Amino acid sequence: VSAVAAVEQAFRRADEVRAGKDGLNITVHEDREATRAEAAQLDQTRSNGSLFEISHPPSPIRLGGVAVAVKDNIATLGLPTTCGSRILEGYTSPFEATAIRKLREAGAIVVSKTNCDEFAMGSSTEHSAYGPTKNPLDPTRVPGGSSGGSAAAVAAGIVRIALGSETGGSVRQPASFCGVVGVKPTYGRVSRFGLVAFASSLDHIGVFGKTVDDAALGVQLIAGHDPNDSTSVDVPVPDYRAAAKESLKGLVIGWPREYFTDALDPRIRDVCDEAAERLRSMGAVVKDVTLPHTSLAIPVYYIVAPAEASSNLARFDGVRYGLRITGEGLRGMYEATRSGGFGPEVTRRILLGTYVLSAGYYDAYYRKAMAIRSLIRADFDRVFADGVRVLLTPTTPTTAFKIGAISDPYEMYLSDIYTVTANLAGIPGMSVPAGTIDNLPVGVQLLANNFDESGMFTAGYALERSLNGGNP
Amino acid sequence: LVGRLVAVSESDVLHVASLARLAIDPVRLPSLVKELNGILEHIEELNAVETRPEMGAVRSETTGTPIRSDIDGVSVPLALAREALAPLMRDGFYLVPRLGTHEDQGERAP
Repeated sequence: VSAVAAVEQAFRRADEVRAGKDGLNITVHEDREATRAEAAQLDQTRSNGSLFEISHPPSPIRLGGVAVAVKDNIATLGLPTTCGSRILEGYTSPFEATAIRKLREAGAIVVSKTNCDEFAMGSSTEHSAYGPTKNPLDPTRVPGGSSGGSAAAVAAGIVRIALGSETGGSVRQPASFCGVVGVKPTYGRVSRFGLVAFASSLDHIGVFGKTVDDAALGVQLIAGHDPNDSTSVDVPVPDYRAAAKESLKGLVIGWPREYFTDALDPRIRDVCDEAAERLRSMGAVVKDVTLPHTSLAIPVYYIVAPAEASSNLARFDGVRYGLRITGEGLRGMYEATRSGGFGPEVTRRILLGTYVLSAGYYDAYYRKAMAIRSLIRADFDRVFADGVRVLLTPTTPTTAFKIGAISDPYEMYLSDIYTVTANLAGIPGMSVPAGTIDNLPVGVQLLANNFDESGMFTAGYALERSLNGGNP
Repeated sequence: LVGRLVAVSESDVLHVASLARLAIDPVRLPSLVKELNGILEHIEELNAVETRPEMGAVRSETTGTPIRSDIDGVSVPLALAREALAPLMRDGFYLVPRLGTHEDQGERAP
């Protein structure tokens, strides 16, 4: 398939599903003429015999023109990067994210920037300055968030691979809601250079794929050390697509009881039960494990993430980026710009983060949360040291909910109850579609130890094949 | 830590908003106080967990962010010319909108 044909297909499909503002509201920025020109140039390069090179994989991978969609908080050249926020209205980055550079060097073409919750703060893609994105499988429902636009772009068939970002589950949760595969690699596996910071100790770039193989390819292309990101780790990147096809025989899967409490919808538990049974029938060993500090993850997250956000978002002040609203004096301009530019959820989290970091409360909140975060990490360490390769859990406590159904902030935060633990611990996780309830998709989550995405892909690929009657 | 931390009041929210350079609409203030107290109430659950002061401390030699070599690096090159980054330039400087605080000092907008 030529690059030109690939981008035309993506644009055609976007038009068919009405991905724009008057429809599902998946896409927030695109420049079709520039993208077509880039695709034509790519085809020309290929016809001249030039090969695309990427520096890190075990074997060269050349996409040769694959359309990808990218969340609006990842820096791209040529298309704006606005994080779904009014405060970055009109902002175009002067550099591109390392992940985008790697995709382009492999022959991928960015066809659109996708809608998201403002600054990736949300679980429904309702908190965007561009309005809510609708779930392609049921437009009365949310696609999840915060990377809901990217998940919806894959679910709607516009692209097979899309980039999102995760701070507490913002790839895996919308993947589950939209019936696609969503991967959060290990903290440090993929460079965050060019990802607009929300909470730096929790932020990751993640990948959506139509299939496990697509997602594995996407991660393969963007993984690897980057000197521009000091948190990027210099360890070899395995061949994930090959690892995905390895045998499940003897692979130990942990079933953490704390993820299967009475509060979980029994129908979602049934989907997880069936997934475990399928994996067992293919040779995996499933055993009960315990992660005793799991229930503390949401309170810990809602101290650490807002605290870091309040610091990171201090840079948006009307001087350096995007929007400026005149006020009385310099301080008045700061306040007018920030209050006019940030939406309610971002404002709430900045206030919460500033409060927990303020004098007199730092020890009581932030230091306490960081201490408990180390206990959550230790829970995982113990389980993996005990021979467990992959953990199987639900991805979300519910299926996609109706747009506007959740107004209480904490109730919305609970949507990430099964996913935030991996961000706090830094371990990799993925959501794989595993069933439906009332025609809405349900994902199961697979978690693995640091830098062992391979184990996760092995289990995910086997489950996907089993559910599809032996086909990937 | 034992027991409930102090509930957030309207003046607390206004103080924190001031620290964060945010202006709060008075109409929105009561609901913000309620929302923040609602969130903080859930966070109180952490008080029941026993922790030691050294827990959670980041140590650079083990679990913290890797330290980069202490050598001069090359700045990330700009993908676009400087002139492409701002709508207006003069004599190598970016021209930006004038701040209200400077307008009474007799300066003229470019």
